[in-house]
Amino acid sequence: MGLEDLSHNFLTGNVENLVRWARRNSVWPATFGLACCAIEMMSAGAGDFDLARFGMEVFRASPRQADLMIVAGRVSQKMAPVLRQVYDQMMEPKWVISMGVCASTGGLFNNYAVVQGVDQIVPVDVYAPGCPPGPETLIHAILTLHEKIRTGAITRRKGEGLGIHLDPTGISGKENAAAGASMKMVGNK
Amino acid sequence: MQAEAEFSKETFEGPQEMTEREFTAPRELTVEEGAVLRLAEGVVVDAGDIDVEISEDETMIINMGPQHPSTHGVLRLMMELQGETVLRTKPVIGYLHTGMEKTAEGLSYIQGSTNVTRMDYLSPLHNELVFSLATEALLGVEIPERATWIRMLMSELNRISSHLMWMATNGMDLGSTSMMIFGFRDREMILSFFEKVTGLRMNHNYIRPGGVAADLPDGWEDDVLAIAQTIPGRLDEYNDMLTGQPIFKERTEGVGILTQEQALALSATGPVLRSTGVAWDLRKSMPYLAYDQVDFDVVVGSVGDTFDRYAVRLAELRESVRIVTQILDKMPSGPYRVLDKKITPPPRKRIDESMEALIHHFKLFTEGIKVPPGEVYVAIESPRGELGCYMVSDGSSKPYRMHIRGPSFVNLQSLPVMMRGGLVADAVAIISSVDPVMGEVDR
Amino acid sequence: MIDDVIKNEAGNYFPTREQYDALVAELHKSGYEYCSDLCAVDYLQHFDRPLPAEVVAERFEVVVNLTSVKMRSRVRIRVQVPESDPTIPTLFYHYPGTEAMEREAYDLMGIVFPGHPDLTRILMPEEWEGHPLRKDYSAERVPVQFKHSPAIR
Repeated sequence: MGLEDLSHNFLTGNVENLVRWARRNSVWPATFGLACCAIEMMSAGAGDFDLARFGMEVFRASPRQADLMIVAGRVSQKMAPVLRQVYDQMMEPKWVISMGVCASTGGLFNNYAVVQGVDQIVPVDVYAPGCPPGPETLIHAILTLHEKIRTGAITRRKGEGLGIHLDPTGISGKENAAAGASMKMVGNK
Repeated sequence: MQAEAEFSKETFEGPQEMTEREFTAPRELTVEEGAVLRLAEGVVVDAGDIDVEISEDETMIINMGPQHPSTHGVLRLMMELQGETVLRTKPVIGYLHTGMEKTAEGLSYIQGSTNVTRMDYLSPLHNELVFSLATEALLGVEIPERATWIRMLMSELNRISSHLMWMATNGMDLGSTSMMIFGFRDREMILSFFEKVTGLRMNHNYIRPGGVAADLPDGWEDDVLAIAQTIPGRLDEYNDMLTGQPIFKERTEGVGILTQEQALALSATGPVLRSTGVAWDLRKSMPYLAYDQVDFDVVVGSVGDTFDRYAVRLAELRESVRIVTQILDKMPSGPYRVLDKKITPPPRKRIDESMEALIHHFKLFTEGIKVPPGEVYVAIESPRGELGCYMVSDGSSKPYRMHIRGPSFVNLQSLPVMMRGGLVADAVAIISSVDPVMGEVDR
Repeated sequence: MIDDVIKNEAGNYFPTREQYDALVAELHKSGYEYCSDLCAVDYLQHFDRPLPAEVVAERFEVVVNLTSVKMRSRVRIRVQVPESDPTIPTLFYHYPGTEAMEREAYDLMGIVFPGHPDLTRILMPEEWEGHPLRKDYSAERVPVQFKHSPAIR
């Protein structure tokens, strides 16, 4: 190979592993606090629990700079389109943690106002149980996600688009083309 | 339906957002211009008092939220700007509407506090307290003394943690990141005590109709004493760090002024009202629990600006520590919940021994407490203001209607008045000074 | 004026809808500075609830709690609102702080407040159908009404 002649230190490896390693160690969450869980999410970022240990202390206010959306709290019917829009604005690759039972299943609030599980709107990678999950649970969920990133495919993730049900009949006019494109993406698993 | 057609004349199922100046009906605009939507025409002043020339076609409506780092959750504000001056503001809320009032109608009184505790997630114990007080008022039961004092201890500690959290987020909004880290550090200390007592860091479901869920653990005095001794020193540090600091003063003094008349007219309560100089604290004015047996002062401001609201909260923290220290001395012994078989389940130990206790426990948790018919309004002082609970019972074991008067929900109405004529950069400081908790605004 | 209004032994006022506005104005003048709370109750199953003899029970009730800082007292007003015509005058011009509360009562209970400056839904989305807190509105799960996010601004 000719590598023997090089005099400096070097490492060899797959590009894939390098990319996964880099992605795993710099996951930037979006600040998407909704309810009680958001407070625990902030606690996790503060001094006592210190998310900076995992390269995650930078909560980005702009979704375009974030890789991870932590859906922290119950999602109301009014918030659902906003949440989806924030998700759409995030750059690939992106991940979602559904934090707490309200985000995961609707939890205690089985009623008209709350979306029964955020996975009806966006694909979820990790579900964190608890009401609210303590910072430790959130950190566990984040570590699980890190493991998932480390072992997953770098180009297309498994289950991409699963669980999303866009209703084309509810969309009219100009937006049809864009919606059609996203529908195709969903189907192209 | 003729009646329906009649309503549609009066209501407007259209957008909740702020409409542009040229599309706003003249009548609406007078009300909006005068008081930025929220003051009666008698108090209307025209836009002339703002020191800026308004050009009809150059004002701009900007949207802030619902996903915004400094709107304390999912608050959405629409602001009309002329240059950098805010002309009109309108809060658009409901992004966290959880339907808790509907859910409460399906839960029994025993289960109910699980539901309400998730409203104001920074002071969950106050929510439980107001729900329990309302239920007890309908039941007409007297709570044992120890339960009352435990409730007081917990709610004062909760007030401290809530205000510390406010100091933290307020610091973050104004760019003082160290304050945020410090605030969370101190809050953790109280939360670990809560975890010891209730088993949870937040959403405790600890205060229940009939008393509290469990007695205080052994050695609680030491923990509370440690908190009561640590916090005042820390407050001195924060005082040094923020109060005299020129940047902080510059950003808060004279910003977002609310007068006494405006605050009362807008039904504002809590620190927002007290910062204007009205000494209205329900703990003092309409004492509940045993607040008439402890010694504390009601802190008031003088100007009603953002700085005053900060100063009132800082001083209230010290008052709460004072109350906690007194509770340490005065905590009575005795049962921690009502010894009434109709309300309180038997202790766990008895269930193992006695069949009757088991049946009784089962019946209480499946059928629930039967509450006599009636309606009641109970209000307490939460860290954000008057937290009220209007409860209607029809004699069954579930509330027929439970309505919570959230202080943040009402206080939010004063935002447009505070913002009017201010700079858009001050908006964040003003929102933060009202301390809205969206869980309680939208319920 | 206040003497004409029916009052029960607990001190609650039961004005008719015609008396309501004048009663609140009078109470406002007599020192009740702020309105603590305004909410609506749907008594669909309870037309036989205890009320003073002269009061005709209707399906809806609007409940207003006024507070006086000076006198340290509260007063409660309960107004009967029929289902066929659920309208009641707004308190906005006496207590501007009721603005959001009335919008909430409209949104969740469908009570209409003529004269209110901006009576739109406050908690539910704009295109929502029905008033969720009414007793005849299903308490169960509602399918997700997720649509495409509104027009890009």
